[in-house]
Amino acid sequence: MVKVDGSGNQSSLIQVRDLDKTYRRGGEEIHVLQGLNLDVSPGEFVAFMGPSGSGKTTLLNLMGGLDVPTRGSITVAGDEITHMSSGKLTEWRARHVGFIFQMYNLIPVLTAFQNVELPLLLTKLSKAERRSHVETALSIVGLSDRMNHFPRQLSGGQEQRVTIARAIVSDPTFLLCDEPTGDLDRKSASEVMALLEELVGSHHKTVLMVTHDPLVAARAHTTLHLDKGVLVEGSKLQQGVPAGGVA
Amino acid sequence: MKFARIIWANLFRKRVRLLLTIGSFAVALFLFVFLAVVSDAFNRGADVAGADRLVIINRTSIINPIPLKYRDQILRIPGVKAITHNNWFGGTYIEEKNFFPQFVIDPENQREVFPELIVPDDQWNAFLKDRQGAIAGRQLADRFHWKVGDRIPIKTTLYGSNGVWEFNLVGIYHGKRPQDDETQFWFQWNYFEEKVPESFKGNIGWYVLRVNNPDDAPKIAKTIDDMYANSPYETKTETESAFAAGWVKQFGNIQKLIVSIGIVVFFTLLLVTGNTMAISVRERTSELAVFKAIGYSDLSILFFVLAEALTIALIGGLLGLGLAMLAVPALGSALNGLLPSIILKWSFLGFGLLVAVFTGILSGILPGWGAMRLRVVNALRRV
Repeated sequence: MVKVDGSGNQSSLIQVRDLDKTYRRGGEEIHVLQGLNLDVSPGEFVAFMGPSGSGKTTLLNLMGGLDVPTRGSITVAGDEITHMSSGKLTEWRARHVGFIFQMYNLIPVLTAFQNVELPLLLTKLSKAERRSHVETALSIVGLSDRMNHFPRQLSGGQEQRVTIARAIVSDPTFLLCDEPTGDLDRKSASEVMALLEELVGSHHKTVLMVTHDPLVAARAHTTLHLDKGVLVEGSKLQQGVPAGGVA
Repeated sequence: MKFARIIWANLFRKRVRLLLTIGSFAVALFLFVFLAVVSDAFNRGADVAGADRLVIINRTSIINPIPLKYRDQILRIPGVKAITHNNWFGGTYIEEKNFFPQFVIDPENQREVFPELIVPDDQWNAFLKDRQGAIAGRQLADRFHWKVGDRIPIKTTLYGSNGVWEFNLVGIYHGKRPQDDETQFWFQWNYFEEKVPESFKGNIGWYVLRVNNPDDAPKIAKTIDDMYANSPYETKTETESAFAAGWVKQFGNIQKLIVSIGIVVFFTLLLVTGNTMAISVRERTSELAVFKAIGYSDLSILFFVLAEALTIALIGGLLGLGLAMLAVPALGSALNGLLPSIILKWSFLGFGLLVAVFTGILSGILPGWGAMRLRVVNALRRV
């Protein structure tokens, strides 16, 4: 269930209420988000679309605890994150959020295995346990045979799959994807989307994704449009996407 | 330790830059230790000075003589335990470059005034019996591969134009303490007095005396100087440490020069390493943002940057100190006795290591602080 009118109940995994975000550029105030409401239930796959500068990434950053709102509240799995200190928010991110970025953002001097292991180094898991978790994550994304490769030795699609493995290795509450296919060709994009669908379908993950691409958005359960700082619900049919999704 | 792999991998990101930075550290630390060793060598006189010893020189200058007849008068002053006298010979061995200090000594009292310089009794007795006998310090003998029984020709231009004086090496002395000077060459006053031109006879270079109680040293020094005030050979009496310090001052303010160079080296090193770390952090802005996004705290980011800076400093520092351990003994012999024996003390190495650690931490603080304060949202936008 995804709602944008603020009528969601306590069963929502993510609850956003009256969210405002204002930037000050020079002497001018820019209202990016205005009184935004959102409820997302567990296991949902939501795509956010909208023109450049409409606040998609800002919304994602706020829900991921990377930025703080000017007004309003965000509650995730019962935790009100908008009033957390910077330190608490860092710990919260480590536990609850998996990030997938457009440019992959892998550490170039570490192997795929070591990149995926990074979030686990913050936990109390033993070396053997960490290895087991990393191997599982890499097998889910289909890169068991590439774990000792450095990012420069992988294709763009493979790099993004390593990023997805890094995002899921600590079993976070939800995944935030910022243009996950923005830097990929159609084939690789389709593979990555299939992987995200599998994470939602088979592993019951909640995925929130920002994209410019209607074909990619069509693979999500719900597409929301951001315009002038407000969310509007859309549907696959309204987008005019052919059945079968991303080609 | 689980983060060591990340720190290590980041270090080797730009290998050439890493090597150059480590090289800067190594050279700077080597220079730092070398300066400390030279400074120590210049000040060695003060370190080895006996608290109960006074040195008497001509008030005009040490190169002006003092009459030998003062000796018995000074010995009668209450509180004076023993007195000996020396002359500077200023010769060279075979070639001009083989320079070392040669002293004309008073065999009767030398050992009583300088008990820390040990000559075996049998060698000392042989010295007393041989007017041309000479005793060399252990380091000096090692330098020229001399052994007891060798004939040593010393060329001088100070005392007559005759040129070469011949000596029989009858003994080798050594110091009780590591800092004692073992580079001197001693020969007998009687032989010297016999060979110098008439105008030099009856004069010595300086006296060294021992007092019964070091607390009486200032009073005795004043008594001596008062005794010879307004005479043709006025004296200047001071403690041996003051004399040694004055001797060093003749070269100019060496200590200040060395400290100044050391400070310049330190700050240059700080700027080089700080700049390297700043560039390294700036290049990784988006990666650091990812670390923070996935849950690494601000302090752990600071830790990563400081650990990298410290690792560079330690590797470079240890290399520099190793270089100093290899090079200082070689430099010591290359200086050909221009300075007292050059000693690389453990304290210098320890201090060098401290300087390396301090510089490493200092150079990492500013870029580390910047990385720590980085806002993830802004940093990710810079990709």
